[in-house]
Amino acid sequence: MLLKKNVKLILEDGSVFYGVSFGAEKNVSGEVVFNTGMVGYNESLTDPSYKGQILCLTYPLIGNYGVPSWEKDIYGIPRHFESSRIQVQALVVSDYSFDYSHWNAAKSLAEWLKDENIPGIYGIDTRALTKKLREKGAMLGKVVFNGDIDFFDPNAIDIVKEVTIKKPVVYNSADKTNSNINNTIIKNPLNNKNIQNKKIILIDCGVKNNIIRSLLQRNVSVIRVPYDYDFFKLDFDGIVISNGPGNPKMCKKTIKNVRKAMQKEIPVFGICLGNQILALAAGGNTYKLKYGHRSQNQPCLLKGTKRCFITAQNHGFAVDTKTLPKNWQPLFTNINDNTNEGIKHKTKPFMSVQFHPEAAPGPVDTEFLFDEFLNLKWNR
Amino acid sequence: MADKIYFLPVTAYFVERIIKKEKPDGIMLSFGGQTALNCGVELADNGIFKKYKVEVLGTPIEAIKNTEDRQLFVKKLNEISLKVPESKAVTSIEEGLKAAKKITYPVMARIAYALGGQGSGIAENEKQLKEILKRAFSYSKQILVEKYLGGWKEIEYEVVRDCYDNCITVCNMENFDPMGVHTGESIVVAPSQTLTNSEYHKLREISIRVIRHLGIVGECNIQFAFDTNSEDYRIIEVNARLSRSSALASKATGYPLAFVAAKLALGYSLAELENSITKVTKACFEPALDYIVVKIPRWDMEKFRRVSFEIGSEMKSVGEVMAIGRKFEEAIQKALRMLGVNLHGLVCNKIQFENIDKELKNPTDKRILAVAEAIRKNYPIDKIYSLTKIDKWFLHKIKNIVDMEKELGRFNLKSIPKELLRAAKQHGFSDFQISRLLIKEKSPDYGKNMLKIRDLRKKHEIVPYVKQIDTLAAEWPAKTNYLYLTYNASRDDIIFDGKNNIIVLGSGAYRIGSSVEFDWCCVNAVFTLRKLGYKAIMLNYNPETVSTDYDVCDKLYFDEMSLERVLDIYEKERPLGIVISMGGQIPNNLAMRLYRLKVNILGTSALSIDNAEDRHKFSKLCDNLRIDQPGWIEAKTIKEAERFARKVSYPVLIRPSYVLSGAAMSVAFNKTELRKYLEKATLVSKENPVVISKFITDAKEIEIDAVAVNGEIVIYAISEHVENAGVHSGDATMVLPPQYTYLETIRRIKEIAKKISRELKITGPFNIQFIAKQNEIKVIECNLRASRSFPFVSKVTKNNFIELATKAIMGMDISGKYNTVDLDYVGVKAPQFSFSRLRGADPVLGVEMASTGEVACLGKDMNEAFLKAFLSVGFKIPSSNVLLSTGPIKSKAYLLESVRKLEKMGFNLYATKGTADFLRENNVYAKVLHWPSEKKEPNILTYLAERKIDMVINIPKSFEEEELTNDYLIRRKAVDFNIPLLTNPQNTKVFIDAISRFKIEDLEIKSWDEYS
Repeated sequence: MLLKKNVKLILEDGSVFYGVSFGAEKNVSGEVVFNTGMVGYNESLTDPSYKGQILCLTYPLIGNYGVPSWEKDIYGIPRHFESSRIQVQALVVSDYSFDYSHWNAAKSLAEWLKDENIPGIYGIDTRALTKKLREKGAMLGKVVFNGDIDFFDPNAIDIVKEVTIKKPVVYNSADKTNSNINNTIIKNPLNNKNIQNKKIILIDCGVKNNIIRSLLQRNVSVIRVPYDYDFFKLDFDGIVISNGPGNPKMCKKTIKNVRKAMQKEIPVFGICLGNQILALAAGGNTYKLKYGHRSQNQPCLLKGTKRCFITAQNHGFAVDTKTLPKNWQPLFTNINDNTNEGIKHKTKPFMSVQFHPEAAPGPVDTEFLFDEFLNLKWNR
Repeated sequence: MADKIYFLPVTAYFVERIIKKEKPDGIMLSFGGQTALNCGVELADNGIFKKYKVEVLGTPIEAIKNTEDRQLFVKKLNEISLKVPESKAVTSIEEGLKAAKKITYPVMARIAYALGGQGSGIAENEKQLKEILKRAFSYSKQILVEKYLGGWKEIEYEVVRDCYDNCITVCNMENFDPMGVHTGESIVVAPSQTLTNSEYHKLREISIRVIRHLGIVGECNIQFAFDTNSEDYRIIEVNARLSRSSALASKATGYPLAFVAAKLALGYSLAELENSITKVTKACFEPALDYIVVKIPRWDMEKFRRVSFEIGSEMKSVGEVMAIGRKFEEAIQKALRMLGVNLHGLVCNKIQFENIDKELKNPTDKRILAVAEAIRKNYPIDKIYSLTKIDKWFLHKIKNIVDMEKELGRFNLKSIPKELLRAAKQHGFSDFQISRLLIKEKSPDYGKNMLKIRDLRKKHEIVPYVKQIDTLAAEWPAKTNYLYLTYNASRDDIIFDGKNNIIVLGSGAYRIGSSVEFDWCCVNAVFTLRKLGYKAIMLNYNPETVSTDYDVCDKLYFDEMSLERVLDIYEKERPLGIVISMGGQIPNNLAMRLYRLKVNILGTSALSIDNAEDRHKFSKLCDNLRIDQPGWIEAKTIKEAERFARKVSYPVLIRPSYVLSGAAMSVAFNKTELRKYLEKATLVSKENPVVISKFITDAKEIEIDAVAVNGEIVIYAISEHVENAGVHSGDATMVLPPQYTYLETIRRIKEIAKKISRELKITGPFNIQFIAKQNEIKVIECNLRASRSFPFVSKVTKNNFIELATKAIMGMDISGKYNTVDLDYVGVKAPQFSFSRLRGADPVLGVEMASTGEVACLGKDMNEAFLKAFLSVGFKIPSSNVLLSTGPIKSKAYLLESVRKLEKMGFNLYATKGTADFLRENNVYAKVLHWPSEKKEPNILTYLAERKIDMVINIPKSFEEEELTNDYLIRRKAVDFNIPLLTNPQNTKVFIDAISRFKIEDLEIKSWDEYS
């Protein structure tokens, strides 16, 4: 009952927030970011894009529906999580619900954090923290119980290396025709041609499970490869570059591979970090946003239309639209701050989006983009 | 504001006539609730829009019909393979029973095009269904019998779509009370609390798919039943219009739904409209909340005789409150206090339950308190869940509050640890609650003790912080000041640098006795203050109001209006002063306590307010001024009361001090009744003594609304009641300027008002009520604040009394000549009753206020204005058959002329035996129908049920008869079958006069500005 504050969140500007621990008790450091989504803490915590980050959730009541089991879907992918572990350095919330209530919950969030040795803090004025991050920009921070720990900047290292798969894995959906398991496919507002059983190279920069699932649901085979893997020796039809953490410029090998693929006119679809990598591979530039977009309510306007989509986002870097080479054009633009939300080659089958069409967590309105990609002009 | 305003009934007939006159290009149907929507559909069906080339803006008629007609709705959803509860639309009782058998019980009967679930009900078996269907078919030809999903979660989404097919969900909400309790009757939280990402977005996606398929343009609301054990769902309904839920969603999120919906109806796209809170981002987004919102309905069921306290599928609540916090515990306790029903939060109330299991199982307005009580009594959460089906997440949160209560009880003022005190505040405990738990005295002074807690926590620097509602969870800087206070924070969002600040206290929850009238006063006060160059800070917590639109004032605090919270805000803002005379009785009641704490109250002094509110002081004042009052006594014992009653002779009126809307007021006609009511009154009043006064009958009631400066009246308006004294002023039909009051009476009323105003040195608005009987004038009530009738007198006289009152309060010179008497037209204000929703309630007027709203119309004379007003509240001009039961001999005689008029107009008259006999003696023929108790045909009840009667005139024999009488059965049946009912002799007479003079075609279609 007593809120005995026993842990500090220290930011690089020297400000200190005191909180109460409900997870593992160990000192950690990373980049402090906030997400404004009101649901989906299980999905967010396991999203590899948060690698190296201390995540502050702005919705104050967290843990309400507990944590589900690790049951797998028909593709053998965990049904409720975006990767196989908690990816954040630490979780910061305002009010933790010790008593959860949900039919599919297997344990509490506190238990899970402890199991995975991740600190969790509650009792913090997360709005004040968020305002600080908004005003001063994303900052490094550390969670300190006893003693001290050095600050750590995940954007200064090749952090994708820590979340990518170690060896290629093949997912085959050929025998699972029409297995539409999440039942929330939005009809493609463009058009929907018959999709062949294509083979897709999925460059894993820290891929979320729902990207794999979204592809498999569309009757394609997925070959998931490490981010620096030389996949040209494999037999495949197209490439998806996944989401992932950190600064895209650190993924030198990936950028090189994508550039090579484009020279061969292999269809490419980038998501989030994949958008930035595609832009860099095409010759454009990226930059760090002040505090990034991490939310489920970002409006993105489809270029040349009045159609605006509500999207889920999680990124700290963005593509600089002005640096896009000839023959490239923006595909989506964020109408809140006019940042780039996707790019497209004018004639060739290369496209990417900065947001998450696979959602999880977030709105599923742009899931049709997977169909859009598979409907591009494929030469092979 | 609108360019033109018509004070006319929102019915197809009148709207058509306005269309014919104004020739508009377009019409919006989805902003006026179900009334406007139904009216629009009727106009469309009649081909009116086509005929006059009026374009329906926003959601097309076709889409409205597809949402309102259950059969079409189900068909539309089947087209996109979405699930609805198994159901069948039926047109007869037999068909309904057959359908229910197939669907299997329990089933729910629902009416198409019904407001607030009117006429619906849940049936466990054939017998119950038969009863419901019988009643339901009196409202509608089509009834839907559907599978009842009691116990499922109830989830709502507010959806917005533009004509470019952009579609967003602005807010989702979860009902604390599961399916089975109408969403308007449920405690609701926003956003949903127990849905996972997958569930939230599954329902969101379905919402969007449905709204696109239906083709709605603008705003709508979709309701789901959601399984508690899987992701299974059923779509319950879509409201293709702004609703009570959308008002709530607007306030809960800061997203101005009505504003955006209006723009979308005009053809704008969501992506081009700006987010009016941030001013930099766009309206095409879904608000991210970083707080929790709790809505609790406000009921006033104890105001009605014979009414059932259970809540269910029909709406009975009359208002609602919304609380904002950063913990559920904080928000729910705030909300419970906001209700203004003497609750101090979830705990520390003196409420006892005889049978907790029953309270848990059958929801009433007090169920959440029973849950807390059950937890206190160590009921396992699982057991409470199985009885209530309230999600365990909520139950655990309630347990946290009860645990905190227990924990606090272990300490006293000296031993309480600082961090526990802080935790208590974070769990939403008020200083009052904490004082009750920490200070264990035999006869505590709660007022003082509360301040002791305040001092203690301020010493420990435990203070609330101000947070903004910005729609984006701090992701973008917010430009507007939509604020709330929370203890779950460590710093304020804003800087308090304001000079020239004035705080205006709002009116709280709508309830019987205080509705939108006081909000109008607050809003106009705020407008005036801003015009004068002050920064207006509004405090209110009612999501249905205009005063809580963040763009109305300079700063909006959406929070409690308790002494504690007002002081919190006062200390932070350091305003020039505070206005308490606009929001009705809630702020008025704070006067003395604020004054003692040195808060600068603007306008009339708190001491004067106390002199008017305290009957004892006021009476002395009247005596000194030689102003007559009905004889009264402050009774402390029953004996004293009885002695007084014998002295002045029965009937007597019993009431507590500080009263609004006649709470616990009663009339006793004899000793037995006196005893019974005294018990009731003392129960309600607690600290204030009970006042008993002579109840004067057969007298006129007259009111004065006025504004004074330093005791000198600057502007006034005198209105008379149609009904004789004895009908609560809030239920009376008011006429301005007075038509039947002697000039001499008016002159004397003015004199008395002047005397009182001078004596109390009034600066600002006030209202005095008088009784006039044969040249004798007595004062019965005096309020040194704006009254319920201020908007009425302002709109009829076209002098904004509140603007003047606000200027007066701010020390401006408002002297001048204001014409409020010599008008070439008449205004009539009539009450709107909701008896049909309050099952069992006796629809009769008395000293307890019962109306839930009001209308006002203008006319070239009183009869015309009266008829328009009565048509506005749902009366119909009867076509042929009228039932008469005209009460005691005095009213029989009084109405004889009127009955003759009816006969002359060609109505077929039916009457009860006594009335028929009386009429026959006077050469009026009426066919006798038997009393309900006679069980003989032709019986009144049969005639009513078969709709052979178009209007019922039933004058009760006395005001306070409790036993189940024939009269009651007739009145109730008339209400249940939606047949116009008159129960008061005076308004009956005026109504008959009016219909004898005016046919509906004769009523003038004139806009407000055309009356001059």
